[in-house]
Amino acid sequence: MIVAFTNQLLELAVALLAAPLLLGWVNQCRAWLQNRRAPSLWLPYRNYRKLFHKDAVLAANASPLFRAAPYVVFGSMVVAAAIIPSLGSALPFSRVADAIALVGLFATARMFMALAAMDIGTAFGTLGARREMMIGFLAEPALLMVIFTASLISSSTSLAAISDTLVSRELAIYPSLAFAAIAFLLVLLAENARIPVDNPATHLELTMIHEAMLLEYSARHLALMEWAAALKLFNYAAIGFALFIPWGIAGRDAGLVELLYAAPLLAVKLLCAGAVLALIETLSAKLRIFRAPEFLATAFLFAVLGMLVHLLLGS
Amino acid sequence: MINLCAAVLLLLSFAMISQRRTVALVDLFTAQGVTLAVSTLVVALGTGQRHMYYSAALTFALKVIVLPVILRRLIRRLGVQWEAESRLDVTVTMIIGLLVVIFAFGLAEPISALATTVTRSTLGIALAVVLLSFLMMITRRKAVSQVIGFLAMENGLFFAAASATYGMPMLIEFGIALDVLVAVFVLGVFFFQIREQFDSLDLQHLESLKEK
Repeated sequence: MIVAFTNQLLELAVALLAAPLLLGWVNQCRAWLQNRRAPSLWLPYRNYRKLFHKDAVLAANASPLFRAAPYVVFGSMVVAAAIIPSLGSALPFSRVADAIALVGLFATARMFMALAAMDIGTAFGTLGARREMMIGFLAEPALLMVIFTASLISSSTSLAAISDTLVSRELAIYPSLAFAAIAFLLVLLAENARIPVDNPATHLELTMIHEAMLLEYSARHLALMEWAAALKLFNYAAIGFALFIPWGIAGRDAGLVELLYAAPLLAVKLLCAGAVLALIETLSAKLRIFRAPEFLATAFLFAVLGMLVHLLLGS
Repeated sequence: MINLCAAVLLLLSFAMISQRRTVALVDLFTAQGVTLAVSTLVVALGTGQRHMYYSAALTFALKVIVLPVILRRLIRRLGVQWEAESRLDVTVTMIIGLLVVIFAFGLAEPISALATTVTRSTLGIALAVVLLSFLMMITRRKAVSQVIGFLAMENGLFFAAASATYGMPMLIEFGIALDVLVAVFVLGVFFFQIREQFDSLDLQHLESLKEK
């Protein structure tokens, strides 16, 4: 019991602290790949500190929803981080919510972000919100299908149970999981405003989606929103690890020592994932917004194919 | 292993459906040929049947080397390297493709329940590949892509034969291989005829064969 709660707290702390680092690492890799001088790994932290020390400026017609949205978004990302097994799967919190509730949490965050963006009434915010909802409603079914494939294999929708089952299977290439992994990668790129769908490095473009929604935020609100975005990326990475490379996640009845072993493995996984993400972003060009449905339809296709292949071939 | 091959085959079929450019279609067709040869080889190794080895070698020679070379040469001589299918709604086609796959899986289930071969579960995928190639022939307007769809359909049939009955007798396999080869030659001649008549390889023009 004590171990489980330690695990829970440790995992939350790791998620909160490692998420900005992951973002910094991805930016650093991207800079290296593009022959630029890389920004510091700690830049996101410095940015948050700077923003937390500033005074917030609110538009005159901002409603309470606009002020509440950053806390709701950040809160749902923290709760999501508490459900996903990244270090160990003995999570007391994961009994409260399964993977479907997790998708719901992401949807809640998205909805509040879009509402807040529309709240002020600027053209950019509304535009970003609409685009975000379009991407979201296409990406969500694909994400659900990916999770269903994994939960069909382990006959449970709890992420902790899924990673427990998957880690104990023999090592082989399972076609269904391979399809699901490709689908998940596409969803990850779309949901985290990464390059084929959105460009995270821009503030002043007509094509932006995620940044357009944050234009009206300042100071601590902006810091929370950006931290939430970093957490979202970390959460998605952790879901990917739990579903597709669960080796190294401490099992249900693991002790503290195993948790300590799991930490460096998680770091290695995150380093690799960040490098791969930066590579994908450097190699691909941004899609026209009207091509995004095609991109996400491909993700949905892969996810459904994974499920069908599992049903037919049983592997 | 055979399941993995089957899954890759299915994936390649979907890639072909959503690929707009003709040259890339030939590459995908080649990849499909490689997968088919590998899966035949896997079946041969698993069952120890000698004629499957020959069959794998024949598949490799015909579908990975000869046919892609002919198709590439045809495309170059026709000058359609850069041509792309213009009116093709990829999203809708893919969703129809998904429905087709579900239909094929449902259709194959009672058959594979009766079969006793180790590869019986891949029959549904073979059927899906056939139907998807069919779908590709329906949705395409360009003559070359239709022919590639036809060849992909033959791949699906071959895979179905390999998975349901451990391959056909050698004689029939040779016959089919020859047929496919001749078909590509004849269709190549047709391409030139069509182009001379209509100045394009768009089969839309064939639908209005009226004297003016």
